[in-house]
Amino acid sequence: MYRVIIIGAGPAGITAGIYLKRANIDTLILENGESSLEKTDLIENYYGFENGISGKALYDAGINQAKNLGIVVNREEVLKIEKEHKFKVYTNKNTYETEYIVLATGAKKNKPNIEGIEEFEGKGISYCAICDSFFYRGKNVAIIGSGNYAFSELEDLINIVNKVTILTNGKDIRENRSAYNNIEINTKPIKKVIGNQKVEKIVFTDDTKIDIDGIFIAEGVAGSAEFAKKLGILTDKNRIIVDNNMKTNVEKLYSCGDCVGGILQIAKAVDQGMIAAFDIIKNIRKGE
Amino acid sequence: MSVKKINEENFESEILNAGKTAIVDFYADWCGPCKMMSPIIDEIAQDENIVVGKINVDENQELAIKYDVMSIPTIIIFKNGNQVKRFVGVQNKNDILNSL
Ligand SMILES: Cc1cc2nc3c(=O)[nH]c(=O)nc-3n(C[C@H](O)[C@H](O)[C@H](O)COP(=O)(O)OP(=O)(O)OC[C@H]3O[C@@H](n4cnc5c(N)ncnc54)[C@H](O)[C@@H]3O)c2cc1C
Repeated sequence: MYRVIIIGAGPAGITAGIYLKRANIDTLILENGESSLEKTDLIENYYGFENGISGKALYDAGINQAKNLGIVVNREEVLKIEKEHKFKVYTNKNTYETEYIVLATGAKKNKPNIEGIEEFEGKGISYCAICDSFFYRGKNVAIIGSGNYAFSELEDLINIVNKVTILTNGKDIRENRSAYNNIEINTKPIKKVIGNQKVEKIVFTDDTKIDIDGIFIAEGVAGSAEFAKKLGILTDKNRIIVDNNMKTNVEKLYSCGDCVGGILQIAKAVDQGMIAAFDIIKNIRKGE
Repeated sequence: MSVKKINEENFESEILNAGKTAIVDFYADWCGPCKMMSPIIDEIAQDENIVVGKINVDENQELAIKYDVMSIPTIIIFKNGNQVKRFVGVQNKNDILNSL
């Protein structure tokens, strides 16, 4: 049991962790190695680096700095967060419990760019297996995705629906996932989703089609937008809405950095990570 | 006003024949995001000029099917018995009120 779990080890998450650790608060940082920083060759506009620094070097330095201060930073992919009395964080390796969460997962767009997906949101397109599997009892559904997250969504569907087809949309599935018998894996690239009032068929780029009652979107690695949909965090165009203290509408859940939108820069992410940490420290000291 | 519990029996009288704008929240007790929608729905219900109701989809599957609810929470706005707008997923109070 941790007091705080920070999801994300970019500038926002690491800074929050540093301040929490200074206040002696038991904190765990989880990251999966994919930060916006790694796409950056040279950062020349961040304080203190006279010759600039590569994004990758800055990312690694941040993690090492946190570790040197005694913070546990684990490379694990977060698949799911549940809130009951406390939060439960499920990763590809462990399940953790925590009182507070800081979402600092950066800005990534997971929604596949497939015609019809937006049109049928709530009419057969779903982003939350645990919330919506109820509506597909005994029906045939698909999951669009190919990674750990897609298979985590599968766990929430498999015992309720009739059959699940995993649509990798042209991607490969590396691991052996043959543990389930009522699933099919289809690797064709998808062209569009069609239907009348609701989703009826998926059309592939080779113009073949399959009939389907519902489609669950779970591409890539889950990010703030996916966690928000499942926890009921308010968003504006997939950006997490926070107050001045980086608090979301979900109690004890904070967010900072690129996932809350605004200026997408390191200096801003660092600032917000610090603000989130200060508010958590204040609340913990008040006994909340 | 408080939020009304709507079911298959009172749906027509309370919502379709409300005589004013009605907002209905389709939810379930086991749905995480629905729990976050609940206080927002309670706040909207403070407005005397609108009728606000909640429908438990576990207990009222016919209504969920009739209105093609396939994701929860779903919020549907009715005017004069007609569905005029729907939202899927947790929404801001202002986004709902601005759409009225
Ligand atoms: C090409 C490019 C160039 C840029 N150049 C500059 C620049 O010159 N100057 C500047 O200030 N900014 C620049 N930026 C922006 C800067 O990189 C971001 O603003 C900054 O990295 C945001 O920090 P963050 O902590 O919010 O998120 P990120 O740095 O993106 O970190 C996200 C973290 O979340 C983790 N994560 C996400 N999902 C999961 C999951 N499911 N499980 C576990 N961990 C997860 C990731 O592993 C990562 O640790 C650039 C960005 C890009 C793309």
